[in-house]
Amino acid sequence: MEPAVDLRGAVALVGRFPALAGADLVVAPGEVVLLQGPNGAGKTTLLRCCAGLVPVVDGMASVLGCDLRVDRRRVRRRVGLLAHATGLYDELTVEANVVFWARAAGCDPTDVEVALARMGLADRLRTVEVARLSAGPRRRTSLAVLLARRPELWLLDEPHAGLDQAGRDLVDGLIRDAAAAGVTVLLSSHELERAAAVSDRQVEVVGGHVRPVDGDGPDHPVGREDPDVA
Amino acid sequence: MWRDALLVAGKDLRIEARTRVALNQVAPFAVLVLLLFAFAFDSDRTVLRDATPGLFWVAVLFSALLAVQRAFALEAVDGIPDALRLSGLSPTGIFLGKVAAVAAQLIVLEALLGLGVVVLYDARLDSPILLVAASVAATLGLAAVGCLYGILAAGQKVAQTLLPLLLLPALAPLLLAATQAWSAGVDGVASEGWRWLALLVLFAAAYLAAGLATFGILLDDA
Repeated sequence: MEPAVDLRGAVALVGRFPALAGADLVVAPGEVVLLQGPNGAGKTTLLRCCAGLVPVVDGMASVLGCDLRVDRRRVRRRVGLLAHATGLYDELTVEANVVFWARAAGCDPTDVEVALARMGLADRLRTVEVARLSAGPRRRTSLAVLLARRPELWLLDEPHAGLDQAGRDLVDGLIRDAAAAGVTVLLSSHELERAAAVSDRQVEVVGGHVRPVDGDGPDHPVGREDPDVA
Repeated sequence: MWRDALLVAGKDLRIEARTRVALNQVAPFAVLVLLLFAFAFDSDRTVLRDATPGLFWVAVLFSALLAVQRAFALEAVDGIPDALRLSGLSPTGIFLGKVAAVAAQLIVLEALLGLGVVVLYDARLDSPILLVAASVAATLGLAAVGCLYGILAAGQKVAQTLLPLLLLPALAPLLLAATQAWSAGVDGVASEGWRWLALLVLFAAAYLAAGLATFGILLDDA
């Protein structure tokens, strides 16, 4: 089966700095891979590369079967990126934001209802202007947009950031459900224990290179924790 | 493309309906400009009447700068540029949607200013069809150039000062043609105005075509 993400010697520049300096990463469809590493290691650039937002200037890069060096725009509609910035219009309500981005992706209005309900935004908060929300509900709204768009590849940059305990548990549940549905997930997190629990495999990003975490290479998946098993 | 354009225009107009920036800030500013000209030329009513087309379009120009800046300030914050790139919306659809939203707001504003020049400047709008047609064509061209340079300036730290600098030279021929068409329509010879209207339509079509061709590239770099 063709990998969902296939980077071989991928080089990507942020300004003149090679934020990815020959990265190798192969992710199978439906796999959940945790990117760990210090700040500035290249995790965010790797996620943005996979989203088709940062050009790959050297090496080979293919995401969902699209060659990023040929046409990185083609992959964009099929991925969902949860970044540090919310990507929401402050002036619109929670519901209007989710509806707008879901319609933009050509999704069904029922997906919006499901997403709002899943993120706990279906009642009081749905009619609140995003500008009036605190960080947690904003993050939940961004996640609702991600859910409503139904992307094939989730790229989650610090998905637990800004959320309370219930929100973090919710994110873990979302990732598990996505994986169960065959969605591929790449996430970066500094909450290693929590993120590792929902991941099949961990890799470390250091200095723009990707390497397996000790004893945990691509051929040695750690295995997701089964949420139903105590 | 048309579905995307409707979606983007609807979103922008919904934001305007909620925030009322054009209504509460841009429209009063435009009327204030008309009023200031009225005070400046008050002693000579004839000069004021003769200068009506130019003064009208200067007021529209100032207002358009504010409207375009506002339209792209919405798209420049907190991850919106990335979200737009990932949205699945076609760049041409986004461009047409932004143009439609800016143009719709300007058309309403021009109606208000038209009323203003009749009341304040004692202008006679002799050829309403020519004036409306010229206004629509000029507004489309203005909105197209505005959106083209709006996305270009959106990613820059100096966007607010850069935009007028980029926009004014590009708009000069458009404003010249619009003023001439209006001169013919206000107390003038309407037959001369139709030639200027044709030129305006040509400008608007060229600016729209340039926007459709390049907006995707500019959005990628914004």
